[in-house]
Amino acid sequence: MAAALPSVRPPLRFVLCGAVDDGKSTLLGRLLRDCRQVFADQMRKVEEDSRRWGTRGDQADLALLVDGLRDEREQGITIDVAYRTFETARRRFVVADAPGHEQYTRNMATGASNADLAVVLADARKGVLPQTARHTRIAAMFGIRHVVLAVNKMDLVLWDRSTFEAIADGYRSLARDAGVEKLQVIPVSALTGDNLTRRRESTQWYSGPTLLEHLETVDVESSIDGESFRMPVQYVNRPNSDFRGYSGRIRAGRVSVGDRVRISPSGTETVVGSIVVWQGTRERAERGDSVTLTLANEVNVTRGDVIAEAFDPPGVTDQFQANLIWMSDRPLVVGRSYLLKIHSREVTATVTRIRYRLDVSRGSMLAGTTLNLNDLGTVNIATNRPITYAPFDRYPGLGSFIMIDPTNNETAGAGTINFALRRASNLRWQDFHVTREARQELKLQRARCLWLTGLSASGKSTIADLLEKRLHAEGHHTYLLDGDNIRHGLNRDLGFTEVDRVENIRRVAEVARLMVDAGLIVIVSFISPFQSEREFARGLFEPGDFSEIFVDASIETCAARDPKGLYARAMRGEIGNFTGIDSPYEKPGNPDLHLDTEKLGPEECAELILRRLL
Amino acid sequence: MSGTRASSGRTDRSGAHWLSALESEAIEIIREGIATAARPVMLYSMGKDSSVLLHLARKAFWPAPPPLPLLHIDTTWQFREMISFRDRIVARAGVALVVHVNREGLAAGVNPFSHGSERYTDVMTTGALRQALDAGEYDIVFVGGRRDEEKSRAKERVFSFRNAAHQWDPRAQRPELWNLYNTRVQQGESLRVSPLSNWTEADIWRYIAAEGIPVVPLYFAKRRPVVEREGQWIMVDDERMPLEPGEEPRLLRVRFRTLGCYPLTAAVESDADTPKAILAETLATHDSERRGRLVDHDGDASMERKKREGYF
Repeated sequence: MAAALPSVRPPLRFVLCGAVDDGKSTLLGRLLRDCRQVFADQMRKVEEDSRRWGTRGDQADLALLVDGLRDEREQGITIDVAYRTFETARRRFVVADAPGHEQYTRNMATGASNADLAVVLADARKGVLPQTARHTRIAAMFGIRHVVLAVNKMDLVLWDRSTFEAIADGYRSLARDAGVEKLQVIPVSALTGDNLTRRRESTQWYSGPTLLEHLETVDVESSIDGESFRMPVQYVNRPNSDFRGYSGRIRAGRVSVGDRVRISPSGTETVVGSIVVWQGTRERAERGDSVTLTLANEVNVTRGDVIAEAFDPPGVTDQFQANLIWMSDRPLVVGRSYLLKIHSREVTATVTRIRYRLDVSRGSMLAGTTLNLNDLGTVNIATNRPITYAPFDRYPGLGSFIMIDPTNNETAGAGTINFALRRASNLRWQDFHVTREARQELKLQRARCLWLTGLSASGKSTIADLLEKRLHAEGHHTYLLDGDNIRHGLNRDLGFTEVDRVENIRRVAEVARLMVDAGLIVIVSFISPFQSEREFARGLFEPGDFSEIFVDASIETCAARDPKGLYARAMRGEIGNFTGIDSPYEKPGNPDLHLDTEKLGPEECAELILRRLL
Repeated sequence: MSGTRASSGRTDRSGAHWLSALESEAIEIIREGIATAARPVMLYSMGKDSSVLLHLARKAFWPAPPPLPLLHIDTTWQFREMISFRDRIVARAGVALVVHVNREGLAAGVNPFSHGSERYTDVMTTGALRQALDAGEYDIVFVGGRRDEEKSRAKERVFSFRNAAHQWDPRAQRPELWNLYNTRVQQGESLRVSPLSNWTEADIWRYIAAEGIPVVPLYFAKRRPVVEREGQWIMVDDERMPLEPGEEPRLLRVRFRTLGCYPLTAAVESDADTPKAILAETLATHDSERRGRLVDHDGDASMERKKREGYF
């Protein structure tokens, strides 16, 4: 293999962005062709395709080199981010070609998250558009400090200097405001190739570099010095009792054999015993390396823990402020549970407050109660377990996270941590000597939570009442939490909007958890219409302590039973947000027990619960 | 920069640093997949990318053997040398091997000559893969795909979601940010995971050379019996290949840039008989490696269509 030449700079990862029709795909296609990165058979194919899909008459449409999806060719736009690797004599590049349409902003964010530099395009005839500003702000939010503004289609304004200067000036203030540290502005024509790889000699007023020259020479590496060692544990490697290694990729700093490290969040300290690699060991490793560490002492380390420099350990928190981009068609709901993945740890998390929503074109803050698809905002987030974190601008690998909607597993949001909220760090979980096990032993029972969900009038309360009577008669210690009763007291302040319903369930689930900790068998009888809230409730308990029981009756049956006359009133429009009428009920996909109350009587249902679940 | 071909960018300047970054990234991806999988599997085709992938899996879990089986979709039309290579390598790596053949296809006599490449691939490759994945109930499927291979692959995620029918929906891809991979699937759904996403063909050869990874000898130039068909050299690997009237196999010094089923994989004339010589040729070539894969030319956007249907 050829030895690394010391003069060769590290590879540059950049994202290409800008508004639709500014010519991103054409610019990239041109850049690839002019750097001789296009094979002869690929070029022949593009010439064929150009006759079919192209927008350039008989000329080869170079955008077709990169727009690979069928829908993209048919619509003549870029939908998804494409990654290409190319290299010149001076440097290797990985470029993410991001879509310009506003509806695909999330794909632009995807491209930005793994880039060191952004090339933002602007059409010389149109200047800086709202989407140009949006992309610039997203790039800055995702930690990109270096931006190139390529003012494209200069041939169409006859290389007019004042047009260029006006766009450059306007963009400079925007970039400064967004937090871009280094900006280079270059006039180009992707169509003719001027100032891409080849200088346009006839434009004497521009003396700066061509786009390629700039990309080949720009220095974007952040120094490894001054960083402390951080390695999230991805995988515990324990092939036999003689070997226990912790595998991961080093996110920051360096590590050497014998270094003192702290396991976060537990706080245990130990020493690095060895750094294991393929068929051997190493003395040291640094940022970017995938390694396996062994530790001098037997300590408890699991996936999601972070092994870190002992003298400068990372923070631990369960509440923080973050910038968030929302990527789902389903709007963010404050208080709803999502899965949050940060480095290699997954926890349950809720957005507790939307501080503001960002107007991305102007950079101003807007009030907001939700974030919709492609919205950016600043939010407070609480997690159900403490996480090891760092502010994103200091340690990107410990300060970035994604949020996953647990009902359909889609990646719904992505964020960067600004700082921990103080409340959390001052609160410590207190361990006491009398444990749940001790309490339930005294009661001669196993504490647990039986969660009954179903439409109003499906029979939940009747079944719950019968069930508790049976348990009580058998000498068990129980408590029944009933939806209507709790709303008279603890949840008196809550209404029936989606946000309030989420909070209603959160409180009840937390109360049920405390009662299970107290050693009780807790029966919860709540409509609890949303799958994600029931999943949240389940997540509060140890596996096996929580059973979801679906009390099932059709909406027609429930409306016909209507013991409280509520359906009649809801249908007359006197009650709003009534489950089953104008508010949805999400049926449990996989309940622990399914009770069909159209076929079974309440006694039979209670009997089934006793036999199957207790 | 110079505009002439000889002195332009396609010289080998990417050093050890870049290769080791690609290696670390691939190992991270493999570990993440394994750590979150219920039933992982690695597709193994005996090709150069498979060889690199297996090598990386061994590195990722050293000193333990890779904690997952390999799955080989046997079309029964692969080069003979590939099968003997497979059995040798698998034994050495200490991993389990699952071999799957589409028995119905075989019984129906589906072959690349009388059924055409498209129908044959649908049955013996795509169909067989679906059968094998259903049977194994695999949730994480490691594959050797690279983004530089083909345009639709350039758009595909590292952890690429497939529905219960193994289909890829390019419009509904999960955003994939930083190194934070969303590995969650529901029953029946799966993820195709490509640890080599950011590698190029040249990187593969650089790495094979640097690490001394064994590959099937068909990659190296040697005199082999071939016939010319539609401007491509097809090797006569066994007696099942029907010759056209007047067609006479010639002995030519050839090698293969990609390996698949011998009737569908064209050879190139070459003298390159070491990984380094192949690397030099790769950096100087004018054609992409997929030119030698007849199946890719079956129609416009043919690869995207095959992937929507569950192809590799």
